[in-house]
Amino acid sequence: MRYGLLAAVLIGVATLGGCTDGVFDPKGPVALAERQILLNALGIMLAIVIPVILATLGVAFWFRASNERARYRPNFTYSGRLEMLVWSIPAMTVFLVGGVAWVGSHDLSPRKPIASTVKPLRVQVASLDWKWLFIYPDQGVASVNHLIIPVGTPINLELTSSGVMNSFFVPQLGSQIYSMAGMITRLHLQADYPGTYRGFSAQFSGEGFSDMHFDADAVPDEKFTQWLDAARSAGPELDAKAYADLAKPSAAVAPFTYRSVAPGLFDSILVSEMQSDDAMCRRYPTSMRAEK
Amino acid sequence: MNLLGKLNWSAIPFDQPIIMGASGGMVLVIVSILSWVTLKGYLPYLWREWLTSVDHKRIGIMYIILALIMLLRGFADAIMMRAQQAVAAGGAQGYLPPEHFDQIFSAHGTIMIFFMAMPFVIGMMNFVVPLQLGVRDMAFPTLNSVALGLTASGILLTNISLAVGEFAKTGWVAYPPLSELQFSPGVGVDYYLWALQISGVGTLMTGINFVATILKTRAPGMSYMRMPVFCWTSLAANLLIVAAFPVLTATLAMLLLDRYLGFHFFTIDGQGNAMMYVNLFWVWGHPEVYILVLPAFGIFSEVVSTFSGKPLFGYRSMVAATMVICVLSFIVWLHHFFTMGAGANVNGFFGVMTMIIAVPTGVKVFNWLFTMYGGRIRFTVPILWSIGFMVTFVIGGMTGVLMAVPPADFQLHNSLFLIAHFHNVIIGGTVFGLMAGYNYWFPKAFGFKLDERWGRASFWCWLIGFYLAFMPLYALGLMGMTRRMQHYDVASWQPWLVVAAVGVVVILAGIVSQVIQLVVSIRDREQLRVTADPWNGRTLEWATASPPPAWNFAVLPQVTDLDALWNKKQRGRTQAQPPKERKFEPIEMPKNSATGFITAFFAVVSGFALIWHIWWMAGAGAIGIFLTMLVFAFRDEEEIEVPAEQIARFEQVNQAEIAV
Repeated sequence: MRYGLLAAVLIGVATLGGCTDGVFDPKGPVALAERQILLNALGIMLAIVIPVILATLGVAFWFRASNERARYRPNFTYSGRLEMLVWSIPAMTVFLVGGVAWVGSHDLSPRKPIASTVKPLRVQVASLDWKWLFIYPDQGVASVNHLIIPVGTPINLELTSSGVMNSFFVPQLGSQIYSMAGMITRLHLQADYPGTYRGFSAQFSGEGFSDMHFDADAVPDEKFTQWLDAARSAGPELDAKAYADLAKPSAAVAPFTYRSVAPGLFDSILVSEMQSDDAMCRRYPTSMRAEK
Repeated sequence: MNLLGKLNWSAIPFDQPIIMGASGGMVLVIVSILSWVTLKGYLPYLWREWLTSVDHKRIGIMYIILALIMLLRGFADAIMMRAQQAVAAGGAQGYLPPEHFDQIFSAHGTIMIFFMAMPFVIGMMNFVVPLQLGVRDMAFPTLNSVALGLTASGILLTNISLAVGEFAKTGWVAYPPLSELQFSPGVGVDYYLWALQISGVGTLMTGINFVATILKTRAPGMSYMRMPVFCWTSLAANLLIVAAFPVLTATLAMLLLDRYLGFHFFTIDGQGNAMMYVNLFWVWGHPEVYILVLPAFGIFSEVVSTFSGKPLFGYRSMVAATMVICVLSFIVWLHHFFTMGAGANVNGFFGVMTMIIAVPTGVKVFNWLFTMYGGRIRFTVPILWSIGFMVTFVIGGMTGVLMAVPPADFQLHNSLFLIAHFHNVIIGGTVFGLMAGYNYWFPKAFGFKLDERWGRASFWCWLIGFYLAFMPLYALGLMGMTRRMQHYDVASWQPWLVVAAVGVVVILAGIVSQVIQLVVSIRDREQLRVTADPWNGRTLEWATASPPPAWNFAVLPQVTDLDALWNKKQRGRTQAQPPKERKFEPIEMPKNSATGFITAFFAVVSGFALIWHIWWMAGAGAIGIFLTMLVFAFRDEEEIEVPAEQIARFEQVNQAEIAV
């Protein structure tokens, strides 16, 4: 059994070393920075955790009742200096990791745009039961279960949901964020290398959840333009009726594109579930306020 | 009007062989146990001595029995999930369809948290705290029995859902809008909600009872700073219960209003806001994890100090650390959803607060270490669990702090890394602690020790099985596997999931060893028989007989310092006291009461009726509960007197035993 454990650890090191997708194989600035933070925080803590584990095992072994060389000190129950040390070691560790957390949460806030000279691409994302709709409002096309983005361009994502909450996540590009009905969340990502990255929902959303994944393709600019042209020349139109059809629950939908998108469709998804009249007044200010 | 509400024959899933097999088996076991008890004529004994007992020790033991049974149930779910994920790779769908798989992981989480860990912790506190405080019972003995009954009602309802209807398919947190009527029209979420509402009320009663007991009824001379650490951690845990459980009850009540009366607290229409539920749920949920782990910390403190033959190192620090954790646990809840899209300051604040909790926790680990330092450690089963805990828990704590860094959480949230983390702290912390406590206090409860060999086998299987089952999940989380997947298409995940499945089998071997340990120990109980103080203990529970009499202490102990019994024994060694003639006085003990059992019965009736919309029955149940309380409130006598002779007789036998 211990060999099994050893084998598992070895396989682990081998696999994680040349890791296929996931946290340790970042393909964009956000994911790269997150991996760095993860490793920094881990390093700081391992510096204290490993000695503690070794000391625990060492002390327990040395002070076993049968060891006559170990000194029995039944009155060693308090030491001001040790108390000082005992409180300050974890405090110092937390001070360091806390700093990492505070700075990191500002640097990598999902709402913070990525600094770049390239003009960002806007993508509106809606999670439906159980598929992803990606609308390119400035290009006037939309895509289901397939996200195509140009390499090196900051992607400015706005997310909402048709109903149940989901979490939009492409690990190799960076942060995930919830998509919630009636609310907008914002996320900024960028791919630095061309490739196909696994995207999926990271928040359980019901029966078709396991199939709610998509490919995120990062392609060079010219290829992206080609894809736009191809998308514009084929496929159905995405208007209110087409959306209503799409929004019906279905799982494992093969990717396809819409050649045009009715203006304001994303906003109508945002408010579609709200019957009451003043919903607009309340929802929008809330989400806008969250912006600042 | 339909007399049976939504209930009809289609509620029983006759077409699902797995479910029917499981529930058939369960019914068979229950029926055979019941008929065995009846045929053997044990029913009156069971009723008189256990079901209507208000003795905190008996109630504690019944809580733990419930918890152990639910451990088996929840673990069966775990095996099914691991088996499913080990096979459902690529195009394969495994053997569980989504609707069944979704129920299994929801039931696993609900059962393990609410109906395994909670009753186990509460049972442990019930048995130990009054003994350690040197008193004869809880502050409100009958309330204690009602609390047990309500917990059992919740458990029963959850298990009925296996055979009649369905359980929630939403995960154990039941986030809306998924858990709203619009997306979960079935009775599953209603089972979840009513089971938790009923048992939650019971838990709140327990919390109030313990706070009152610890604050108000301690042995003469036991000031706060002379209380054993387990009592301190129990106090902290129960303060958390009193503060946090009403939040859960209110939150679930709002969801119930949404589902039953068309309210719009968390719906997506009518200005509901689902994130409100998520916030409130975790305002309860984070203190809850400390409710589970603080008493375990207390158990480790007792075990480490006893088996090192030393007082606990830095007692005051330990108390301070416990209370700091108790307070801080209320201001960290947002770390459960950094990915909601809150601002950087909010995320940063909750991230840093979360880490600050690691400071007092770290202090505790160091203090256990220094308690062992300079000790004479006897490697019994409880200390093995404790050392296993110290090593395992620091790993779990570290990964927890890692996820408290918001940008790291953006990558790890909801992944199997998270699953590995919280199993690492709940199994490595709470469950290991409960196992240590089970082995440590068993001889006190039953008068004989548990078999060491099988105990050790169980520990090693659990420990190795734990690492095999959960270390792969850390790796899978880093590789981008999210939780609650019924199948997946990434082939490279499968080997890891197979290793995890093997780990679960090794844990199963640990559980089987525990069952064997119990059976073997009962068989060999005469050889394993112990007197009052088998471990050379330090606290007051070891000053009375094993098992203790109903009245715990013939004469309430006078406490003059911390580690009351230890110091007494030390003094006893140096200055032989002249044997004094002991005089006993009659003791008033609370009378047995069927209130708890009857309340529980009506609570099940009401809960079941509410789930199935059988309104007349729900009303009948509610009236039943009200009348039961009324009858109890107007009782004429609530105490019985134990005559002095009976106590004297018991003490004589007991003293003779100790002398031998």
